[in-house]
Amino acid sequence: MAKIFKGRPVVAGSCTAPALVSHGGFNTLASFQMAMMFGDKKVKCGDQNNPDLYKKPMKGMALCLPQTIGSTTGGMVLYTACATDNQPACMLFSMTIDSLAASGAILAANWTEANMPVVDRLGDEFLDYVQDGMSITVAPDGTVTVE
Amino acid sequence: MLLTPEQQAMLDGAQGEVMAKVMRSLVMYGETFGAEKMVPVTSKYGHTVISFGIGVMKPVYDLYDQLLEAGAVSKQQFSADPLPLDPKVPSNLLQDIIFKGIMYSQQKRYEAQLDKFGILGRDAFTCACYLDEVGNKPQMGEVLSWAESSAVVYANSVLGARCNRNSGMLELMGSIAGCVPYFGLLTDEGRRADWVIEVKTDKKPEAQLLGSAIGMKVMEQVPYIKGLDKWLGSEITPEVTAYLKDFGAATASNGAVGLYHVENLTPEAKEQGQALIREGAPVYVIDDAELERVKANYPCVWKDLNAAPKLCFVGCPHLTLGQLRSWTENIEAALRANGKTKVTVPTVFTAAPATIKEFQKTVYAKRLERTGVILSYICPLMYMNNPLSGKMPVITCSNKLRTYTTARYYTEAEILNKITGGAC
Repeated sequence: MAKIFKGRPVVAGSCTAPALVSHGGFNTLASFQMAMMFGDKKVKCGDQNNPDLYKKPMKGMALCLPQTIGSTTGGMVLYTACATDNQPACMLFSMTIDSLAASGAILAANWTEANMPVVDRLGDEFLDYVQDGMSITVAPDGTVTVE
Repeated sequence: MLLTPEQQAMLDGAQGEVMAKVMRSLVMYGETFGAEKMVPVTSKYGHTVISFGIGVMKPVYDLYDQLLEAGAVSKQQFSADPLPLDPKVPSNLLQDIIFKGIMYSQQKRYEAQLDKFGILGRDAFTCACYLDEVGNKPQMGEVLSWAESSAVVYANSVLGARCNRNSGMLELMGSIAGCVPYFGLLTDEGRRADWVIEVKTDKKPEAQLLGSAIGMKVMEQVPYIKGLDKWLGSEITPEVTAYLKDFGAATASNGAVGLYHVENLTPEAKEQGQALIREGAPVYVIDDAELERVKANYPCVWKDLNAAPKLCFVGCPHLTLGQLRSWTENIEAALRANGKTKVTVPTVFTAAPATIKEFQKTVYAKRLERTGVILSYICPLMYMNNPLSGKMPVITCSNKLRTYTTARYYTEAEILNKITGGAC
């Protein structure tokens, strides 16, 4: 049965993709850096401190997370992932988006052709409910359907 | 968002499409966080987190070319994070080929771009730009457009400057436009404390461990720390500067802290005291057992957990002059006690180029050299970020380096013991 959550579109767009869920803060640099260095086509998460995501492919997934953490290169890393077509299908934040993820999403939206919808403020219930592999559909108004 | 006529004109394309996109990026950034206006950047210098020309980041340098071609250079000179390469740091032939030939293939291109954008000079490559000998030390209340998580948290917390945790690229755009959106840590309300931390340890807590525990607990929120002044005192001495540098870097990398207040010590906590704390702020008590618990839970991804370390890095963030001196003394004493003359693990200390120059004027420089320690301006994180170095058993007392790489964390005392051949 589908469950609907309403958030705020930070970068409006639409997509459907399988969920990949991080319950802890998503460290953008730690997660992307090794995959980018190795040229890993699936962009597997390299953050050993994130047991939810470590070694799981991120490209094309609906990345569900509370916020991002860590280095202020985070936005640049996200921008580069988008510019090289290695980004998640969308990023869905349970909390208000943090400044680094917002920077990356905004840089990507303004300076690349990538389409990566970003929705925040989906609430704790969203992150409690969604599980890896569930189908996620994002609408431009920030509506997220999980089934 | 209400823009001044000049800002609006820039957004509307009066200075060309590229500058319009710069302003649009800054406005979108601000609107995401409810900013109602842009405010001028008032610091003398900027600081960029991007110091490296990594091949896979080519889109970043392509975008920077667009900026330069449009004449969009920084309105202020700036420092940058440490350089990723230094021939003094041990590396084998394969690593050299990978570092120079593949990984940092964009380095020359990017350094030429930095010259055009307005880098302060060759000595300006350090994450600890706020140290006296480096000279990029903002004043209380100044508005910054910086990135580099450890520098931002230091500038906000210890110097009382005002800066959000901006991302690389966007921080340069703020320096180019000369303004940043007014929200978050730029505002009085955004600088109030969301958490109370009660430090109840029986000894001075390891800076990098305490910062890690707090960062992982509060994430991006602002902690107000009680009980640390018992160990640090109430003045920002050079020793306290070093402690807070390392502590802050761990809060920012293990979590996302951009500002902390230490009761009776940091400027805003001294001025405003507990009035800084938001009503209902949760309390996190940290004792010695809690620090041990945090340390014990760090994952280690070495294939052989008993492997002998092949390299040790100390100085992420870059060491202060005082830290270089005290490490020299401590290593000498430990080597004597262990019946050794040189370190038993190849060890690299990292510091700002300007700090290294000052250190080399002192008698300590030769003494440190005699212990076999290599002194470098490199960024250890950049050194570690490749498949070959990633497989090496590297040890460190930096919690930031631990977080982003495969380096294994030990306390400073443990590191001292390991690199001087002490009993395990």
